[in-house]
This record gives sequence, C-alpha cells and structure tokens, in this order.
Amino acid sequence: MADRRTHEFDVLVIGAGGAGLRAAIEASSAGVKVGVVCKSLLGKAHTVMAEGGIAAAMANVDERDGWKVHFADTMRGGQYLSNPRMAELHAREAPDRVNELEAWGAVFDRTKDGRILQRNFGGHKYPRLAHVGDRTGLEMIRTLQDHSIHAGIDFLMEVTIIELLKDGDRVIGAFGYERELGRFHIIRCKAVILATGGIGRGFKITSNSWEYTGDGHALAFEAGAELIDMEFVQFHPTGMVWPPSVRGILVTEGVRGEGGVLRNSEGKRFMFDDIPDLYKDQTADNEEEGWRYTQGDRNARRPPELLTRDHVARCIVREIKEGRGSPHGGVFLDIAWIKERLPKGAEHIRRKLPSMYHQFKELAGIDITEEAMEVGPTTHYVMGGIRVDAESQMSTVPGLYAAGECAAGLHGANRLGGNSLSDLLVFGKRAGQHAARHAQEQGNGRIDGGDVQRASSRALAPFERDADGEGPFQIQYALQEMMQDLVGIVRNEDEMQRAAKGIAELRQRAEKVAVVGNREYNPGWHAALDLPNLFTVVEAITLSGIERKESRGAHFREDYPEKSDEFAKVNTTLRRAADGSIEVRREPVPALSEEQRQIIEEMK
Amino acid sequence: MAETTFSIWRGDSGGGELQDFTTEVTEGMVVLDAVHQIQAESANDLAVRWNCKAGKCGSCSAEVNGNPRLMCMTRLSDLDLDEPVTIEPMKAFPVMRDLVTDVSWNYKVKKKIKKFKPRAPDSDDGTWRMVQDDIDRVQEFRKCIECYLCQDVCHVLREHHLHEEFAGPRFMVYSAALEMHPLDTEDRLADLKDDGGIGYCNITKCCTKVCPEGITITDNAIIPLKERVVDEHYDPLRKLFKIFRK
Ligand SMILES: Cc1cc2nc3c(=O)[nH]c(=O)nc-3n(C[C@H](O)[C@H](O)[C@H](O)COP(=O)(O)OP(=O)(O)OC[C@H]3O[C@@H](n4cnc5c(N)ncnc54)[C@H](O)[C@@H]3O)c2cc1C
Ligand code: SF4
Ligand code: SF4
Ligand code: FES
Repeated sequence: MADRRTHEFDVLVIGAGGAGLRAAIEASSAGVKVGVVCKSLLGKAHTVMAEGGIAAAMANVDERDGWKVHFADTMRGGQYLSNPRMAELHAREAPDRVNELEAWGAVFDRTKDGRILQRNFGGHKYPRLAHVGDRTGLEMIRTLQDHSIHAGIDFLMEVTIIELLKDGDRVIGAFGYERELGRFHIIRCKAVILATGGIGRGFKITSNSWEYTGDGHALAFEAGAELIDMEFVQFHPTGMVWPPSVRGILVTEGVRGEGGVLRNSEGKRFMFDDIPDLYKDQTADNEEEGWRYTQGDRNARRPPELLTRDHVARCIVREIKEGRGSPHGGVFLDIAWIKERLPKGAEHIRRKLPSMYHQFKELAGIDITEEAMEVGPTTHYVMGGIRVDAESQMSTVPGLYAAGECAAGLHGANRLGGNSLSDLLVFGKRAGQHAARHAQEQGNGRIDGGDVQRASSRALAPFERDADGEGPFQIQYALQEMMQDLVGIVRNEDEMQRAAKGIAELRQRAEKVAVVGNREYNPGWHAALDLPNLFTVVEAITLSGIERKESRGAHFREDYPEKSDEFAKVNTTLRRAADGSIEVRREPVPALSEEQRQIIEEMK
Repeated sequence: MAETTFSIWRGDSGGGELQDFTTEVTEGMVVLDAVHQIQAESANDLAVRWNCKAGKCGSCSAEVNGNPRLMCMTRLSDLDLDEPVTIEPMKAFPVMRDLVTDVSWNYKVKKKIKKFKPRAPDSDDGTWRMVQDDIDRVQEFRKCIECYLCQDVCHVLREHHLHEEFAGPRFMVYSAALEMHPLDTEDRLADLKDDGGIGYCNITKCCTKVCPEGITITDNAIIPLKERVVDEHYDPLRKLFKIFRK
C-alpha cells in the first residue's frame, strides 16, 4: 500500500537520545541489524539540552571519590527506594562509559594535569560531574551521533511510534507514522528498546520539549509492562520565571555549583534556615564555608544551595508562599556576587556558564554577571518509569527493554543531578547488549494484520470526526494546567482525587478531538496522537501519588508531611488489569546485599 | 503590547505563499511563541520544527524578516512590530511544508566525512592527557548546534546550489573540529579539497555572521583548513617528503 512502509530489524531502538544511541551502538557492535526511530531529527533529542554534566566517580579532582561513595550518594539521594543493584552497576560502570566517550571524540573540560575535569553538584559528596562548560548534553549527543552514523545503523527520523505489536507475550514490532508525509511505518523486529525520555509535557511549567509526552511509558504500559515510582516527578528548583514565554526553561544547577546563591526578597540566604537531618553533617552552616567548598576546598562542606533538588524546590515554594518572593513569583539566584571574591569574576562566569549567560541575555535581557536571576521550580524529570531488570534492562514483557529516563529503578524518590546522563550511558549499553543477545536467540514473530488495521484506524480517527470538535491543543493545555495545580510540588489527597476525576473527564473530551488539514507534517494531528500517552502517564502519576501516603523525596504531601515506615521499603507498582483499569500495588524494594549495607553504613 | 500581524509562508514542495495571521503579543515573546500561538488559535496544522525553545538544539531555523534566525531566540521586542513580521522557511533546502525544510542532505554530507580516529591512549588505564589550552579551539567548533543557518546563507549553496560539490560551512567547522582535535590521527585534507570542495568558499564570512553560537567559522575553521590543504597538496617539497616517508 502506498501509505505504508515496512522495515525489518533484529533490534529496534525507539528514541535517539543518549540512552537510545548508546544502546544502538552496543547492539550493532554485537552484529545484529539495528534500526533507530525518533520523533525529531537526529541530534535534537532532549539529551542535547543537558547542561551540568555526567556523574562518574573517576576521582580526577578528588582522589577520595570512588564507586562506593557514588553508590552511597545515589541511594541517599533516592531516599533508599532505588534498586541497589542498579545503583551499584551505575556507580561502578559510569567512569568507563565516560572515558569511552572521549575515545569517540568527546572533548571535556580538563584538569591542570590534562585529565577530564569534574565539578560539584547537589548531593554528590565530591566533585564528580564530567562536563563541557554548561553544554555537556550537546557534547554527549553529538559524540554518540557522530559515532553511530558510522556503525551501520539505520535511522528513521521524524517517525513516531504509536503502538507496540505483540505475538502472544512477546513484543515483536512497532507501528508508527512519519511526520513528513504522514505515512505509516510497520516495523518487524525481535527486540524493542524503549529510550523515549520523560513526561514533562504533562505539566504546565516545564523544562521539557514537546517530545516529552511519556510515549515510552505509555507504550510499555499498554503492552503489559509495569511502571514503578511514578509519584516521583522531579521539580527542578531553578527554572526561569520571567518573561512569561520562557517560564520553565532550565537554569542549570551548575550556577550554584560555581558559587551562585539563593536569596529571598529580604536579601536573606534562606537555604540556611532548613537543613534536613539526613544531610546535617555534610552541609556548611555558614556562608564562608559554603563558598570555600565551591572553590574546591576539600575540607569545607557544601553550601545548602546544593542540597537535593526536592528540598531546594520546596524551600523556594515556601519563600514565595510566605511573601518573600521576587517580583515575578520566584526567588533570586545570584552568581554576580562572586565578583567580590574572584578577581576576574565576570569573565569566569561567562566561561563557566556560557549558555546561561547567553540564555538570560537573549531571552530576559539580563546580564547575569551584573544582576541576580529570578528563578522558580520547573517540572524537569521523572524518576518513575518502566520496571526493568537491573542487569539486562528487560521489562516485565519478553523482548521489551527500556533505558534512560523512561526506565525506572536507579533514582528512587529523587535523582541527583548528573546521574541521568551517566544512567543513559551505563544502562543504554546494557540494554543494547542484552537486547542483541535476545534477538540472536529468538526467531521472528508474526505480526497480526488485525492489530495493524486497528492501530491505523485509531490513528486516523481524529480526521474523521466532526470538524467542529475541540482541538487537541486546548485539551493538552487544560490537562497541563490541572496537573500543575493539583499534582504539583505540594500535594494532598483531596486535590489528587480531583485530578483523577478531571483526567477521566478530559479523556472523554479527547475522544472527540478533531483535526484539520491533511496527514503531511500536521502538528495538530500529532498532538492528538500524543494525548492518549499523556493521559496514561498523568493517571499513573496521580494514582501512585494517592497511594503513597507519606512525604519522601520528590513526593511531598501536606496531609502526610512526614516519612512513614510503612512506605520506606516499597515501590508503588502499576499494571493494566484485564478489565482495563489500573491495578496499584506495593512491591518491596529489592534487598541490599551485605556489602551494600556496609557501604551505606560507613558513608552515613 | 498589542495585536501584531505575522506573514507566514505556507505551502509545500509544489509552491505556496505568505499568509497573514494576527495574534496578541505579550512581554518577552519570541518569534516561536507567536508561531505556536497562531498554531493553537487559528492554524492547528501550521508546520514548524522545534524542540528545546532555548537555542540549544538548532531545530527552529527560519528566515525572520529575511534574516536567518533561530525562531526561539528572536525576541519580538527586537523587531519592528508596526510592519507585519514575515517568517519564511530556509531557502537553501527544499521545503517540506510551511516552515519546515528537508535538511537530510546535511546528514548525508556528514556521513561521508571520515570519523574520529584517536591515537593510542597516553596512559595504561586507557585514557588520554590533553591540556585546556590545546582544546579551546576544538571546543569552540563543538558548540555547533547544527541549525544549518550558515548553510542557508552561504551563496555557494543558496544561490549556486552546489550541494553536490561543496559541503558548506557547517561541515568545514565539523572537519576542522576533527582535524584540530589533539588526539585525532586521520587525514581528511584530500577529501576536503575534492569531496568537500573547500575551494568554493571565497571567504565572504556571511556564515560567521549568522551563527547563533558565535563560532568564528571563516577565520578559525575555514581559513586554517584552506592553508593546510594548500600546504599538503600544492607544496611540492612537502609532497616529496611524504612520498619518501611512505
Ligand atoms: C534542560 C535540561 C537539562 C538537563 N541537565 C542534565 C545534566 O546536566 N545532567 C544530567 O545527568 N541530566 C540532565 N538532564 C536530564 C537528562 O538530560 C535527560 O534525563 C536525558 O537526556 C534523557 O535521555 P534519554 O536518552 O532517556 O531521552 P531523550 O534524550 O529525551 O531522547 C528521547 C528520544 O526518544 C524519542 N521518542 C520519544 N517518543 C517517541 C516515539 N513515540 N516514537 C519515536 N521516538 C520517540 C525522541 O524523539 C528522542 O529521540 C537535563 C534535562 C533537561 C531538560
Ligand atoms: S565564508 Fe565561505 S562558507 Fe562562509 S558563507 Fe562565505 S562562501 Fe560560504
Ligand atoms: S556552525 Fe553555527 S550556524 Fe552553522 S550549523 Fe553550527 S551553529 Fe548553526
Ligand atoms: S527550538 Fe531548539 S534551537 Fe530553537
């Protein structure tokens, strides 16, 4: 048929961010035929936006660092809900994965003795983030992209997968459409790796792009896989707040790592007011010590601005709520002050934070070497996602793998900055390796023509509806607004229940959405096709949030403001039940090994 | 602020025309915001490419009032809003639809350039040593976000359509990043002269002027590469020396 294309691969990778590309390179090196599909052009995935760095205990700057410290930091940051095996593999393997990027052409900033330089970041005990100024993600994606185009991989750009195809229990293919001509693509394969990134578009204020509609989460869920930890959505403490059109755009934590401080309208560094017990011993209690830490003094403790993101975000919300915010509803982030301390302060800022300098100059008309920025929390990252096996990254569905932001387990209740880029590399590689092996062991599956037929009629339905129907963008905005208000940084039972009802109502409205125009490069149509995924993820977030009746990490409930033992060792787990409803249950967090328990004890 | 008119090119490979839309402009808006607002209000099927909305991905290239720009980094307050703001797709590439062009040619060109080939590691643990001073230049080139605005303005591509003969400024920058990488051992100079067509560049510097990353494309990448090509391929002594070395 003219409007259809078919492809055949051993391993299909959905997503071309850091995780997808790393997985594809690995699978291809195992000698299987690999295809990669992505919604955007190659090199434009979200990974390109990452700023601060890649966390890896290479100990180039502080030789006291090592995988054990990184492991303990990750577990503490995740409030002990992380899968300890994943946290261990991640900490052990990240340094090799970063060095490998260098072997593929990446050019990281250097230490004086010529090694890869590492910087401080929230929740990391030692300077640990390999970086390139504040454009680390660009370096990473470009390196992987430029390496992968010579690795015999097929790329299908601007193709969006809207359904996974199964043969019995196994995933054996995928169905999608291409933006350019609107044609359908039917892909047969022996294993699928989901590397689709996050869900930020479920909320109104976000640092995430249009791609982040939780497609991988939803595709896996509808194919029978389990999701865990979906209540844990990371609100990054520092997004831009003004002007309105740039609200949510990220201001890297690197600003605080380089000595930037948070102040309220009274000029007070409010982060000193509330330092959680878990971090008391590691946090400076005076400004002088905090400054020394950012300048590399190894005996100083970190300033409270570098506490974990969940905590910093809540402190900012408190200041704003209590009337000590900045004029446009944020707080002040000041890096210009370091000029008092550093002889060439302004130049230092421009060199260390070039894209922040550029971003504020161009978009807000503010020179950050002169003035403080106004910042406030923005939806940034989802810790929750597809439940996977720690070693192989296989989901609970045979043949279906997941890596990167759409997979879960490493970050628990809160992700540390820099731990995502390393996650992509470590588990992208593992997913690629295991999916390739799976593909080598499996025969071809059979694609059911009926499934394809149903998928294509579902995809075309919005064209057939009454053109007077509501447009897809209106529904998307309404949903984002509601989630922001009711399931945001501070939550409670009543609001989340209202959100659950609201989602159901909006979903009914979405079933009547009509689109105009034709199938070629039609954003309205694409937005309509993204909607079901968004509904699946926001429902998962809301139900998981209702289930966890405590406050931990990124999930804060004003009706249960404390941590509770009942929830200390369980992951909220969701599955689509046979009757179409969502089944919510609590699964014990995988147990610590004796060695892991000792490491955590020692590093307390 | 107030209602403003935007003349947006609409059409496909078969042709098209400017269409006027009016929308409310508020403080701090960039061109991409206006396009999105129009898309949501009155033209759901208006095609536009974007991702990061922060000048980091290089997806939203277009021509605003005739100037090649990233739409997400062009503030409306910097434009004259008394006249309609025209927004057109890049001209050096075939149109797909509305503001979206087919940039796949760039991906093909890149694939032809020989990949990074490092020298043996400097240290037993498989890592290398490089000092910051030696990589500053390469890091400048690696800031490139592949927006292809430089390709769009280069007359060799835009007016003379020599896409087969000339790789364009973006790939001069890419080649320079590889050639000047302290660890790289590959030789791409012959390819640059032949496939890359570096000789077509007559140093007009239009590319440097539009680069949103401020990369000094002509002075720092193209001219040094041209010099290397000349040294390597037109310097008889050096050529002889090379033959003997082999
Ligand atoms: C502004 C910003 C700064 C950040 N800074 C840092 C940092 O300094 N350090 C750090 O560790 N982390 C950082 N993060 C987080 C980190 O960048 C992301 O979590 C990470 O890049 C996600 O990578 P990924 O490979 O999982 O997905 P992505 O890079 O998002 O790629 C997803 C891919 O999947 C494709 N895709 C999605 N759905 C479909 C579909 N249905 N069909 C086909 N393809 C699909 C997309 O097109 C894309 O190619 C930052 C995030 C943001 C937003
Ligand atoms: S300097 Fe060379 S590459 Fe740049 S626009 Fe002019 S001719 Fe093209
Ligand atoms: S060199 Fe500059 S203008 Fe050219 S593609 Fe790269 S960022 Fe864009
Ligand atoms: S949308 Fe990424 S550069 Fe404009």
